[in-house]
Amino acid sequence: MITELGHFALILALCVSLVQAIVPLVGASRGNLAWMAVGRNAALAEFALVALAMLSLMHAYVTNDFSVINVIENSHTDKPLLYQITGVWGNHEGSMILWVLMLGVCSAALALFSNNLPPELRARVLAVQGMIAAGFLLFILLTSDPFLRTWPPAPNGQGLNPVLQDPGLAFHPPFLYLGYVGFSVGFAFAVAALIEGRVDAAWARWVRPWTLASWCFLTIGIAMGSWWAYYTLGWGGWWYWDPVENASFMPWLVGTALIHSSIVVEKRDTLKSWTILLAIITFSLSLVGTFLVRSGVLTSVHAFATDPRRGMFILLLLLVAIGGSLTLYAIRAPALKGGGLFAPISREGALVLNNLILSCGCATVFLGTLYPLFLDAVGGPKLSVGFPFFNRTFAPLMVPLIIAVGIGPMLSWKRGDLLGALQRVWAAYIAAVAAVLAAWFVTHRHDIFPILGFGLAAWVGVAVIVEFAERVKLFRVGIGDSVRRAVHLPRSAYGMTLAHFGLAVSIAGFSASAFDSQVIASVHDGSVLKLAGYELHFMGVDRVPGPNFTANRSTIEIDRDGQTVAVVHPEQRFFPVQQQTTSETAIRTNFLADLYVALGDGDAQGNWTVRAYWKPLVPWIWIGAIIMAFGGVVSLSDRRWRVGVAARARRRAAPVLQPAPGE
Amino acid sequence: MRRLVYLLPLLLFLVLAGYFALALRPSYDPRLLPSAMIDKEAPQFDLAGLYGKGLALDALKGSPVLINFFASWCVPCREEQPVLMRLANQEHIPLYGIDYKDQPEAAQKLLTEFGDPYRRIGLDPDGTVGLNFGVYGVPETYVLDSSGHIRKRFVGPLTAEEVNKQLLPLLRALGKS
Repeated sequence: MITELGHFALILALCVSLVQAIVPLVGASRGNLAWMAVGRNAALAEFALVALAMLSLMHAYVTNDFSVINVIENSHTDKPLLYQITGVWGNHEGSMILWVLMLGVCSAALALFSNNLPPELRARVLAVQGMIAAGFLLFILLTSDPFLRTWPPAPNGQGLNPVLQDPGLAFHPPFLYLGYVGFSVGFAFAVAALIEGRVDAAWARWVRPWTLASWCFLTIGIAMGSWWAYYTLGWGGWWYWDPVENASFMPWLVGTALIHSSIVVEKRDTLKSWTILLAIITFSLSLVGTFLVRSGVLTSVHAFATDPRRGMFILLLLLVAIGGSLTLYAIRAPALKGGGLFAPISREGALVLNNLILSCGCATVFLGTLYPLFLDAVGGPKLSVGFPFFNRTFAPLMVPLIIAVGIGPMLSWKRGDLLGALQRVWAAYIAAVAAVLAAWFVTHRHDIFPILGFGLAAWVGVAVIVEFAERVKLFRVGIGDSVRRAVHLPRSAYGMTLAHFGLAVSIAGFSASAFDSQVIASVHDGSVLKLAGYELHFMGVDRVPGPNFTANRSTIEIDRDGQTVAVVHPEQRFFPVQQQTTSETAIRTNFLADLYVALGDGDAQGNWTVRAYWKPLVPWIWIGAIIMAFGGVVSLSDRRWRVGVAARARRRAAPVLQPAPGE
Repeated sequence: MRRLVYLLPLLLFLVLAGYFALALRPSYDPRLLPSAMIDKEAPQFDLAGLYGKGLALDALKGSPVLINFFASWCVPCREEQPVLMRLANQEHIPLYGIDYKDQPEAAQKLLTEFGDPYRRIGLDPDGTVGLNFGVYGVPETYVLDSSGHIRKRFVGPLTAEEVNKQLLPLLRALGKS
């Protein structure tokens, strides 16, 4: 009964989203304020309906309703409650509902927090959101309906993929999707602006917080996914250049370019058509990513069951959404007039460089990911590019960008003084050289690239601090004056400093991963392994029952200088329902290095394979990502987004409009 | 002329969409062997070995065998390692490895660390043999019957389920005939 209610809510959501897509748009073109106002309520209703659908699907999972096909295929009575709930989006159908729910969250937030937008723009933005929602709801209802029943009910379900039975499933997909889907707002603003044929500073000021918020979510989502892979796969890797990972990384790269180029639109009223294009491409890449993951055209470790009809349907959605928006772009963008001129060496110039490099980086990842598909279509040999391709192309491409991050913020708008900026960051050169020497001295290795990576990290980290010190005139005016300046700095300045500093921290983490040490050995009770100054005493394996698995739980004592520092219990879990084994690693961290222990297979004689890694600075990868996202959040709290600065600026230009009835 | 620049994104996207449409045609499945290869004789190869002894197709004929393409740089390969070890040690399946586009030292390091399930390993440094087999990426596993014909292909890491439901029954059937 509740399942049918959810099904019905989903169908109703489709109808409402069609209203949301059409009525406000027609209203905006006719100047009918009542019609325009429909967008707000429709967006809220659509969100509520999709949330209802999601809750009723959850209900079916929690109550083990094995007459629902989706529950049979993905759940089991022995599954702990947490995974009964999160398992809802651990499969194709449920994750599409989550996708649409996140879209609903964005539309509803847009409806609630857009009172200061001109009514036409607001109506058009919400209409575009409605179109996207309608497309995906139709997709769910026609090809991926999670509410279908079967009779008689199955006695029990087939269970959730054990790899997904991890707390990570509760957080990673919602964050990732909120990031992915959040870019739809920027897309909707871009399309609305193309329809209106007007892009100005106020437009950029409206778009920026939405893009920035999505970017924060995506950053956290990707970082969580990487961390999840790190602790759960048991091989110590944190990024695999897998097509599904790349599908989330590409929108991140272009989204990063977008949040930078929209600064130029806001402050200098130029780079307009480029920023519009970036906004379209960012969300388009989210859509293409969805296509690649769901259609099964690429092989990936994240294999989903695929159905050719689904692929075809998403391709049609791509054609309408991306093809439509790019057609609009081709027609309207040439008319967008750029404003301020600038010299190549300037803040704008630095941001253009940022955009160029990030776009090229994205193109590289795109080519590497789709290469097998392109080659096959032209009848070429069947190949795939792996890890080596990305490391050799993408990493070097990022080096100039990282160097520029240190200098760009020091340049002034319009015409910058590169030589002066280069002189002012003298401390950063010293830090970079010192870091390279220190890394070389500590590691005694001759791998030049990771050592240079430390230099880059130190360069960015110190240059960011120097730039901040310059802003507050540290040591040039009295300390009290500096503090006063720091207090009055806009939050967005703090946001930038934090985000760039986070990048430096992450780069140090990436570079350090070349200096792992590892030991892999077959051990038995009493064996001792030596790793990076630690002694690992293997104390045997116990069989421990879990809720829906049995675990081989090992006990390993970690000693340093004869003193026990920790006792860890890496496990191997066997899930009888799926006949599958997963690895539960044990990680001890002091935030400077991880000691990572995983239990491998055992044999009849009581020998077990143990893999232990010592990974210096690896936590910094995720700490850096958190700092980056936190920088975004700080920037979002800047007062210029909150008070009606933008609205006032716009109203002066546009004729004053009467507020819509009922508002 | 200026307008053409603005058309470019649309044109590029349409080309891309064309590729996507081609990839969706029913005959394209990255996880399936092109039907042309199934039940055909496996492409000839005679490779230098990772540990001295070489690997040639002719020497494998006589009983059904598995050929697994792997590489030290390939992460999914590590994922299937426990499955391969089980096949080799518990099921006693004749499993041969082809080290695809790899450096021998890196492969040796990997196998010493993680265990070596292979009876013998051939080196395919430039990927020629992989190309003849139609390897999309590593890992891939091929089932050859006793006459050296390809009977089945597994793309991506072998899972316990694939082994139990497809691979072992197929090998049993091939062994009987």
